[in-house]
Amino acid sequence: MFRDITLGQYYPGNSIIHRLDPRTKLLWTVVYIVTLFLSDNKYSYLACVLALGIMIFISKVPIGHMIKGLKAVMIILIISILFNLFLTEGDKLFSFWIFTVTRQGVRRAVFMALRLICLILGTSLMTFTTTPNQLTDGIERGLGFLKVIKVPVHEIAMMMSIALRFIPLLTEELDKIIKAQTARGADIETGNFIKKAKAMIPMLIPLFVSAFRRAGELASAMEARCYHGGKGRTRMYPLKYGASDYCFMAAMFAYLAGIIILKVFLQ
Amino acid sequence: MSITVKNISYHYDNPGSEHSGRQVLCDISVSFDRDSFTAVIGPTGSGKSTFIQHLNLLLRADQGDILYDGESIYAQGYDRKKLRSRVGLVFQYPEYQLFETDVLSDVSFGPKNLGLPEDEVRKRASQALLQVGFSEADFHRSPFELSGGQKRRAAIAGVLAMQPEYLILDEPAAGLDPAGRRELFDMLGELHKKGGVGIILVSHSMDDVAKYADRLIVLNEGRILYDATPAEVFSHGKELESIGLDVPQAAKAAQMLRNRGISLPEGLITMEQVKTAILDHFG
Repeated sequence: MFRDITLGQYYPGNSIIHRLDPRTKLLWTVVYIVTLFLSDNKYSYLACVLALGIMIFISKVPIGHMIKGLKAVMIILIISILFNLFLTEGDKLFSFWIFTVTRQGVRRAVFMALRLICLILGTSLMTFTTTPNQLTDGIERGLGFLKVIKVPVHEIAMMMSIALRFIPLLTEELDKIIKAQTARGADIETGNFIKKAKAMIPMLIPLFVSAFRRAGELASAMEARCYHGGKGRTRMYPLKYGASDYCFMAAMFAYLAGIIILKVFLQ
Repeated sequence: MSITVKNISYHYDNPGSEHSGRQVLCDISVSFDRDSFTAVIGPTGSGKSTFIQHLNLLLRADQGDILYDGESIYAQGYDRKKLRSRVGLVFQYPEYQLFETDVLSDVSFGPKNLGLPEDEVRKRASQALLQVGFSEADFHRSPFELSGGQKRRAAIAGVLAMQPEYLILDEPAAGLDPAGRRELFDMLGELHKKGGVGIILVSHSMDDVAKYADRLIVLNEGRILYDATPAEVFSHGKELESIGLDVPQAAKAAQMLRNRGISLPEGLITMEQVKTAILDHFG
């Protein structure tokens, strides 16, 4: 059941998107989020969806695989749709009991849902097509200018990459622990919510214990390899922008300009 | 109280994983009874761990059937919990599943899940702890401050406390020192002889299985290669070597002596047997 969480897991491939410089993809993610929040009419939303569709198509990540990542945020999605649908004032479409649905409500609910879905798919596209290592490199180099104001960029990037690296390990571990406790008669499948939550305790405590143990082991292993932070550290594969990065960035800024024009002229 | 496995097959089915779609078990038929101390051996990836997880319904075969006491465990409405209390499964590195504040409560987790009354739970838990060699003084220590070997034994007690008819262990001695191994296997032998518990264990140590098991099942690529007594299985030294296994040290030593012209009988697999044979030869 825990294997269904695809949010943030690398999907191996060799598409153009996979081969882009991670900094380009980071920039794309930021730009895409900005355009999503700039959008306020159907044309610009259409452009956002289209852009995402093209990106997914080029990346060759199966759309079904991407949609699985949405499961994790389904509840938030449903709640925000319902709130927008029922709590927006405006021209009444129809009403029942205490709920009233307005034209503006429908519009906002649809836009909100689109925005959230695009936001999640758009950002997860980056983690789908970038290995955690590349991602960290990208963050470290891309945000390197923050070092000037004493932001520990390298350390933050390292922490992120370790955290990402540990997700599959810990899910695997949790799987094992669940099996072991099930063999001792534990039951997490039946009962009400409180009972289920209580039944998670014998699974979560060993998981935390093992996470701490792993953290300790990793720290020792890093120290044994003389790791002492980012200062003076050189790279085996230094990041370099290629021709495809410049082309991609040109397309990206054209898209950003398009969205801004749509916003300004369709007011 | 026998376990009968009939023609089970199983394949992994999780997309995204490199093992997806791989056939792990092919048409395995075997049966176990409580009188035997069975060891399952096989090279890495031969399906040993997958196989034993079928015996208490943690995994469900794609095809075939498993009967416990003549009843199919795949039947509709079969009591899984009861099966799991009868067929206790100890995973590899079981100490990582300890979670309670003291050893006794942790061991009580299993029997408590069976819905037994409080005093019966305590009784079973302390009995299991004594069986694995804990003294009462250690009952209220935190499981996290025990030594590696003690943790292992506490975790095994956690399964024993359900008083299973069968105890299945996946590499119970992995990571223990020689003294720890010996203690553990002696304890299992005792449990088998005196407690009447059927033991099925997965092991990589040929010496251990030669010494303790009375039946060996060799798995290779999801199929049963041999199912016989250790002496019989270890007489196929060449075949075992070709799939990445080995024969016990004692059997090797005996073979070397035979090559030197000392006529020792066939089928010697433990140091004890070789020692007696040598003494007989020269005595």
